[in-house]
Amino acid sequence: MKILVAYKRVVDYNVRVQVKPDGSGVVMDGVKLSANPFDDIALEEALRLREAGVATEVIVVTIAPANAQAHLRNGLAMGANRAIHVVTDEAIQPLTAARALLKLVEKEQPEIVILGKQAIDDDCSQTGQMLAALWNRPQATFASKVEITGKVAKVTREVDAGLETIEVDLPAVITTDLRLNEPRFIKLPDIMKAKSKPMETIEFASLGIESGDHLKTTKYAPPPKRSKGVMVKDAAELVAALKTKGLL
Amino acid sequence: MTKILIVAEHLNGKLNSSTARCVTCARELKPDAIEILVLGDAPDSIAAEAAKIDGVTKVLSVAKAANAHALAAIYAPQIAAAAKGYSHVFAPSTTFGKDVMPRVAALLGVAQVSDIMKVDDAHTFERPIYAGNAIVTVKAPTDQLLAATVRTASFAAATSGANAAPVEALTLDAELPTHTRFVELAQGKSDRPDLQSAARVVSGGRGVGSKENFAIIFKLADKLGAGVGASRAAVDAGYVPSDLQVGQTGKIIAPELYMAIGISGAIQHLTGIKDAGTIVAINKDGEAPIFEVADIGLVGDLFKIIPELEAAL
Ligand SMILES: Cc1cc2nc3c(=O)[nH]c(=O)nc-3n(C[C@H](O)[C@H](O)[C@H](O)COP(=O)(O)OP(=O)(O)OC[C@H]3O[C@@H](n4cnc5c(N)ncnc54)[C@H](O)[C@@H]3O)c2cc1C
Ligand SMILES: Nc1ncnc2c1ncn2[C@@H]1O[C@H](COP(=O)(O)O)[C@@H](O)[C@H]1O
Repeated sequence: MKILVAYKRVVDYNVRVQVKPDGSGVVMDGVKLSANPFDDIALEEALRLREAGVATEVIVVTIAPANAQAHLRNGLAMGANRAIHVVTDEAIQPLTAARALLKLVEKEQPEIVILGKQAIDDDCSQTGQMLAALWNRPQATFASKVEITGKVAKVTREVDAGLETIEVDLPAVITTDLRLNEPRFIKLPDIMKAKSKPMETIEFASLGIESGDHLKTTKYAPPPKRSKGVMVKDAAELVAALKTKGLL
Repeated sequence: MTKILIVAEHLNGKLNSSTARCVTCARELKPDAIEILVLGDAPDSIAAEAAKIDGVTKVLSVAKAANAHALAAIYAPQIAAAAKGYSHVFAPSTTFGKDVMPRVAALLGVAQVSDIMKVDDAHTFERPIYAGNAIVTVKAPTDQLLAATVRTASFAAATSGANAAPVEALTLDAELPTHTRFVELAQGKSDRPDLQSAARVVSGGRGVGSKENFAIIFKLADKLGAGVGASRAAVDAGYVPSDLQVGQTGKIIAPELYMAIGISGAIQHLTGIKDAGTIVAINKDGEAPIFEVADIGLVGDLFKIIPELEAAL
């Protein structure tokens, strides 16, 4: 069984993203880029399924500019068998990403595709669901537990009301939540080994898909600031302050 | 013509208030019609509740045994079929809406705007990116249907009661898959106010220290009649279940009063409480970033302060 993992490179989650003064975008110069945290979790889950004998091959895929090779090498160092790099300089939107991933799914015929539940740059939380729709296959989103038995995946999902468990027939799309697993750290020798692992490069244009980039971003603004508050010295003062505000 | 279809969220026979929040958002588009789609196995009472929401012009109800649970793979083809003829289809940006709406959008071949927090006009919206570190204005094409999810914390629930919109039973021609099956929902049982709609919320973080210690947070919440929340660290450490997590990847809430206790104030947590009326922070570290956003801050040991606070209430 093959598992395809969508592995996006984003601004590292520790970076405090700043909007450019002219509102044309966010500051990207010198900003640290890393794998989307949810995608590291996706890759970790795929590797564990391979280690458990459920999967035989794990493929990491990214749709990104040419300079994202090092990012894919990290995925290979973590343990993926091979990588596919769909090269485009444009930042694409989820519908386009889903259409591109569908092309790879048709070519590779994986039994499971694992994506992050959301990319922490655009915070869209769409791509996995869209891929599942286009592929006409099940989706198990926001997964916190995955069990594969034969051709069925039993997935526990973190939903607002609690924990929902569903069963889906494979092939299926799974998107990861934070508590699915804790991704392993990359070890130095693995970085060396990753250098010889196969990496396929595909020009985005050669996929021949229709663009789904229907939305136009016209402005970036910093979030409204909350005004500076007051400090109180003890519980009694806190209660008094809350009473003044009419909250008690 | 602006005609908006809102997908109702409901559970255990009750309409979720997120639906009425979507109505408030929809009204800001100044539409010609706001219609609510209720999918369920026994949707009648839910449809009746939806018909009372002010601003709703019609309710469409689809009764099917397969709709007993809100499975995206089963709901989406029905929503996509029902959406024909509308200019917009909305769902709340809750785990329900986040799961189903992109599937609907992809079936229709249209883009989705996630997490609308402000309406500029019928095709121009503001939404947060980078955990709320930036707000973008996005323009959607006017010549195709637009799918969107509504950030519920940004819109108050539309009032209810005076309206009596017509309810129509709808039969949809959509093929439903059998590849996805509901097994169970383990719901946190609680008599406390629901985290997403509570007027007051008390949240605990890693500073609370253990599952046993969290009792102090529950006790304070009960005294205040508040809902209970938590940081990711507190959930990860097993102090409380995951449905209490507040933040970028948890719940986005807007209570009148939010108390962050033993929570440092990481950006991913703050994303979830930006729209809170008053934020109170109790933390022993005076340098904790939570104090940068707190309206009222108190530096000290929570185990000393909370009992004093309870006594003073
Ligand atoms: C992709 C991603 C998504 C995330 N999503 C979320 C999310 O949705 N929600 C979320 O909350 N986090 C989220 N996080 C995690 C976030 O970055 C922080 O790690 C987390 O919020 C920290 O939780 P905390 O404040 O409870 O813990 P800590 O940062 O460890 O802070 C504990 C605080 O307690 C104080 N304290 C300790 N003892 C006491 C005492 N006795 N009395 C008073 N104060 C005390 C300490 O001074 C400290 O400030 C996410 C992270 C990533 C990478
Ligand atoms: N350009 C991309 N390259 C690789 N994976 C992607 C890309 N865009 C989205 N994804 C995957 O889709 C998930 C959800 O992204 P989004 O819908 O943008 O929030 C991410 O966590 C990735 O797994």
